[in-house]
Amino acid sequence: MPDTVVKVSDLQYRVAGRTIFDGLNLEARRGRVTAIMGPSGIGKTTLLRLITGQVKPDRGQVQVFGLDVAALRKPDLYALRRRTGVLFQNGALLTDLSVFENVAFPVREHARLPQPVLRQLVLTKLHAVGLRGAAQLMPAELSGGMARRVALARAIVMDPELLIYDEPFVGLDPISMSVIVRLIRELNDALGITSIVVSHDVDELASIAHHSYLLSGGKVVAEGSPAELRDSALEVVRQFMSGESDGPVPFHYPAPDYRAQLLGDHEGGRLGDRG
Amino acid sequence: MIAATLQRIGAVVVFLGRVLAQCAPALRRPRSVVHQIYNAGARSLIIIMLCGLFVGMVLGLQGFDLLQRFGSEDALGVAAALGLLKELGPVVTALLFAGRAGTALTSEIGLMRATDQLTAMEMMAVDPLRHVVAPRFLGGVIAMPLLVAVFNVIGLFGAQLIGVQLMGVDTGAFWSQMQSAVELDDVHEGIVKSVCFGIACSLVAVYEGYTAKPTAEGVGLATTRTVVVSSVLTLLLDYILTAAFLGR
Repeated sequence: MPDTVVKVSDLQYRVAGRTIFDGLNLEARRGRVTAIMGPSGIGKTTLLRLITGQVKPDRGQVQVFGLDVAALRKPDLYALRRRTGVLFQNGALLTDLSVFENVAFPVREHARLPQPVLRQLVLTKLHAVGLRGAAQLMPAELSGGMARRVALARAIVMDPELLIYDEPFVGLDPISMSVIVRLIRELNDALGITSIVVSHDVDELASIAHHSYLLSGGKVVAEGSPAELRDSALEVVRQFMSGESDGPVPFHYPAPDYRAQLLGDHEGGRLGDRG
Repeated sequence: MIAATLQRIGAVVVFLGRVLAQCAPALRRPRSVVHQIYNAGARSLIIIMLCGLFVGMVLGLQGFDLLQRFGSEDALGVAAALGLLKELGPVVTALLFAGRAGTALTSEIGLMRATDQLTAMEMMAVDPLRHVVAPRFLGGVIAMPLLVAVFNVIGLFGAQLIGVQLMGVDTGAFWSQMQSAVELDDVHEGIVKSVCFGIACSLVAVYEGYTAKPTAEGVGLATTRTVVVSSVLTLLLDYILTAAFLGR
């Protein structure tokens, strides 16, 4: 069985004339937690969309379990997705189904299990995320952290080999965040899953990731263990890891000359004109 | 402009083909389809019945006023029945359906798109067209003829209420003339129209929701488009179908 579960090679991807990735290379190894970090807007979520086959690259290749994702036909892509779990940033729970039914949803769709077995399976997964007692609640009754944990239970209910987390720590209180951090690592170790975590929360990722990639300018600028990244001499890495507001990743979005714009000499001077 | 319109029509036709391909699998889970018939049909009943009553009452008044000029107010039952069965029933029900059930479908599916629920399904290897779109499409298509039937019955009651109870048209003449003059073909025309309007309005609603931009503004625009496109399409189809039936 090959050691590399996800392999991204020389990836190029453009949207509306803007280059998101240009020559991106990375891989996620079996049974390990791989962190993909980078400033907001760098295309981390887009990378997940490329890995899961939601969009196709302009150049290069994304291989998952040795299969070229972009070349797969729909049935093969769906077969691949059955081996993959995705935790969305907002949980993406189905709002018309209860917590129990949300977790049971993929099982009902893909397996014909007797009701008692299904019930047992769903309750086991909900217990793993600490929400067995919330099985009858509706998504609207859950806090952000609880919704994320239910989504995690749903993502693991089919016992995936690969689990992908999209910004799993965003908007969580410290307690919920520590719960999610612990769950990611525990599930990874207990179930032998390969995990890819996309986030910009350095401290949380440092505590669970085996290997980290830092993206900037459409490619990987640094990789290694969290400790190695912290010790990096590269300015962009140091800025990101220590959270400095200005540096290679500028504080200001590209803009015309400040003075000219304030005095209205530039076309941006028309900003705010409602007429 | 023309190219964009043609492109859009082509996209809708392709979408219809994909939805139709998922209808048979969706029918294997009848609970989901029945739930959508309830949503699109039963939940629209109050507005359909109220409007049916008022339309029937107006038809009774106008029909009586017109027919008494020729001394043939006894034919009010025929006029009301033909007007409702062939035209007003299917058309007004479709317009109300677009405003009530159609907008609900569009905003529901659009919000599912905006909150990543449809993407989550795709990631779980579940086709949202089969699980979300096809049951709602079928629910609308099945609910529409049933709503038209209810509209017609209540409309006839309204016409009778005004014509017979208020204006003094003879009860026997009202019902017996209707019974002898209304042909099965007239009923058939109404059924065909209601099915066609059901397909058109449901298709527009689910298409607009499925392709809505995943933002608050996008869902709002899609919902508005559902009402506008469904209404125009209903009236256009009505003309085409009427011409086709008259030309037979």
